[in-house]
Amino acid sequence: MRTLNATQVIDTVAKMCIDSNRYLPADVRQRFAECAAREESPAAKEVFRQLTENYELAEETGLPLCQDTGLAVFFVEMGEDLRIEGMNIREAINEGVRKGYADGFLRKSACDPLTRANTKDNTPAIIHFDIVPGDRLKIAFMAKGGGSENMSRVTMLSPAQGWAGIKKFVIERVAEAGPNPCPPTVVGIGVGGTFDYSPILAKKALLRKLDDVNPDPKLAAMEDELLEALNKLGIGPMGLGGKTTCLGVKIAMSPCHIASLPLAVNIQCHSSRHQEVEI
Amino acid sequence: MAEYNLKTPLTDEAMGKLKAGDVVRLTGTIYTARDAAHKRLIDLLDKAEPLPFDLKGSVIYYVGPSPAPPGRPIGAAGPTTSYRMDTYAPRLHSLGCKASVGKGKRSDAVKQALKDHTAVYFGATGGAGALLSKCITAAKVIAFDELGPEAIRELTVVDFPLLVINDSYGGELYVQPDRKAAGLE
Repeated sequence: MRTLNATQVIDTVAKMCIDSNRYLPADVRQRFAECAAREESPAAKEVFRQLTENYELAEETGLPLCQDTGLAVFFVEMGEDLRIEGMNIREAINEGVRKGYADGFLRKSACDPLTRANTKDNTPAIIHFDIVPGDRLKIAFMAKGGGSENMSRVTMLSPAQGWAGIKKFVIERVAEAGPNPCPPTVVGIGVGGTFDYSPILAKKALLRKLDDVNPDPKLAAMEDELLEALNKLGIGPMGLGGKTTCLGVKIAMSPCHIASLPLAVNIQCHSSRHQEVEI
Repeated sequence: MAEYNLKTPLTDEAMGKLKAGDVVRLTGTIYTARDAAHKRLIDLLDKAEPLPFDLKGSVIYYVGPSPAPPGRPIGAAGPTTSYRMDTYAPRLHSLGCKASVGKGKRSDAVKQALKDHTAVYFGATGGAGALLSKCITAAKVIAFDELGPEAIRELTVVDFPLLVINDSYGGELYVQPDRKAAGLE
C-alpha cells in the first residue's frame, strides 16, 4: 500500500487549475493555425488572429485566457493500493480548487441554483471517481465554461433511429447553438449507457487531444463524418461565417439497455482547457 | 463595411449610422452587468428607485471579469452569452441605453427594441478575455458588490474592439447555419 499526503494532492490540483486557465494546450493552438490557414473570409481569419494573440497574452501576463474560468471538473483514477493521508480525497481536491482559484486570480463561478448566491471559492468541484488497479493517482482537470455547457443536450433516442438519428441530433444541436457557445467548438458525444451515463461519456471524450485518432476505427470514421458535416454548417468562428464551426468531434460509446439509445452532446468552446497529471 | 471611433455617451445620431458588420473602437465609460445585476436593475425600476448609473446614452457590457491581479485594473474580461439578458434588454433600451456588448444571438424582441430606440448590439470576441482586458484602463464596482463577479462595474475603455452584430434597421451580421449543406434537409 502506497501512501500519499493530501497536501500533495492539494498543491497539484491548485497548480492544474491555474496552469489550465493560463496556457492553452498545444494541440488546440496547432488546430487554430491549421484552421486559420484554410479560412478565406477576413472575419474568420481575424477571429483566429485575436484568439492567437489572446493565448500569447495570457501566457505573457498570467491573466486567464477567458474570464469564465469554469466550474472545476475532474476525472480521477485512484489506484486501489493507494491511500491518501491527512484528508479525504474529495475534500483534498476541493481544497486544491479553493487554493488554485484564489492564488491564480481565477473567477469563482459556482453559485446556488436558486438564490444565485456565489459559493465564493468555486467549490464544490464536479468529481468523477474511478477505482483502478495499482497505486497511482491520475487526475484529469477541465475548466468548463458555462456558455458552451448551456448549449449541451441529452436525449433518449429510439433504437430505430440509430446512427442517422444520432447524426441528425448532433448537427441540429450545433446549428441551433450557432454563435452562442463561442465557436469553433469541440463536440463531445456520449452514445449509450443510461440517462446519467451518456453525458459523463461525452464530457470524458472532451479530455482527448484534438489530434488523436479514436482507437476504434468505426468511431474514428463517425468522428470524421460528423466533423465534416458540422463544418458545412458554415457558422464559422464566433458565428461570423467560415469553414471552421468545429475544431474536433470526439465520441465515446458504451452498451445500453435494449430499449434505449441515450445520446449526450457536450459542447466545449474553443478555449478547450484541460490537463492530466499522474502522481 | 465602415470603421468608426466612438466615444461615450452614445447618441442616436451615431447609432443611426451604424450597420451590421461595421467595426467600432469604443472609448469612454461603459457599465458591466450580467444575469444577477440585470435582475437587480429591473427590480429597482419596478420600485421606481434610482439606478446606479445613468442609462441615457449608456453602453452595457455583459461580462463577469476575473479578479484583478496586483498592478492591473481588471482580470480577463471577455463577453458572456447575451440571450440570457434578452428578457431585460428591451426595457433598458426604452430608457435610453444605446448599446449592449456581448456574444451570441438576440431575441426578436431585442431586435425590435433596437429599431424602436435607435440602439445597436455589439459583439466582442468571446474567449479573448486577456486580449480585451488590455483595452480596459480602469474599473470600479459601483453597485451590488456582494454579487462578486456579477457586481456592476464602471469601466474606462480605450479603443475597445467591437463589431456591430444587430443594427437599428433590422440588419444582422450572424450567418444562418446551412442546414442543407450539412445534410439536415
